[in-house]
Amino acid sequence: MKTDDLLEAIVADGARRPAPIPARLAGALALGGLAAGALLLASIGVRPDIGSALQTWRFVAKIAILLACLAAALWASAQLARPDADRRRVLAALLVPVAALAAAVAWELATTSAETWQARAIGTNSRLCLTAVTLLAVAPLVLLLAALRAGAPRSPAIAGAVAGLLAGSVGAVLYGLHCFDDSPLFVALWYSPAIALVALAGALAGSRALRW
Amino acid sequence: MRAAIGGDTEAYRRLLQELAPVLRGLAGRGLARYGLGSEDVEDVVQETLLALHLKRGTWDSAQAFSPWLYAIARNKLIDNLRRRGRRVHLPIDDLADLPAADEQPRAHNGADAQRLIAGLKQRERDIVMAISIEGASAREVAERLGMTEGAVRVALHRALRSLARAFRAGQP
Repeated sequence: MKTDDLLEAIVADGARRPAPIPARLAGALALGGLAAGALLLASIGVRPDIGSALQTWRFVAKIAILLACLAAALWASAQLARPDADRRRVLAALLVPVAALAAAVAWELATTSAETWQARAIGTNSRLCLTAVTLLAVAPLVLLLAALRAGAPRSPAIAGAVAGLLAGSVGAVLYGLHCFDDSPLFVALWYSPAIALVALAGALAGSRALRW
Repeated sequence: MRAAIGGDTEAYRRLLQELAPVLRGLAGRGLARYGLGSEDVEDVVQETLLALHLKRGTWDSAQAFSPWLYAIARNKLIDNLRRRGRRVHLPIDDLADLPAADEQPRAHNGADAQRLIAGLKQRERDIVMAISIEGASAREVAERLGMTEGAVRVALHRALRSLARAFRAGQP
């Protein structure tokens, strides 16, 4: 087939730009967040003392760090959907929530006595944290990957991993509203691996689903 | 590209016609570096044109166009080389450094597209052939096949996506 002939078929398919990736991602995030939120409320719900929890710095820091992770992953995801993404800026953005968590951990270690560290890190329900975060992330991950199929990432696996990071953050923020373990030590020890697990699932799924 | 993305069909045709020789130059040099001949150039050009059409939504119109174009071209060249079992190491800046307007003789037609179109569904194949080879409009094809114009457009879009997928799947 001649290239000029193929070109005619392409032109006939229209020049107009399809919906941009950030809009698709926002839609998927909103829908996935709603689905996961509904799942949370229908199952374990939010902690009953959430009003007073909001007065404590640990709870606020926990939610803020997880929201920062969500925001960074959302921005990174939109960037990585482009073939000409600047990977260094993406990496820099993803380090922001990591630095925030490290600072919170340092503060916790500096202000509490060493005998309490173990109890703070182990918490009361680490197994529920791992399962709930991953389960709450399933619907967002599926929707985000579907939205990203319109993208053209340089590395489908990396794009999938960051989509997983985003979905995991959604799950973590929501589960964070239920969870009584607010210490930054607990967040670092249990929330991080839960989110990382979803990122790994995203990488595996993305390496197939996001090829273009 | 800005006008084209705004829905200006003529601008889009002109843009693609101007890009084809640029892509031909890039593909020719890329393949030559791995010791591959010019008979495959047109396949790479066609796969790249298809990709930049289907992925045009990923171009951020606030950014420069050429880095995006080179990124797409580079990806498709690497895909093509990998399918041939070549180990590829192609730094991203490499392609962009090449002089762009390197006119390559167009001695060959794309053999891949020809073969892959044959693998499309009958209806999609008819539509693609009518529009591309005969230069028919979507409306004419619709009348001929007894379909609505909208259905023809949907089928054409599906066909182009299947074609891109078939390129990716490579040699059967």
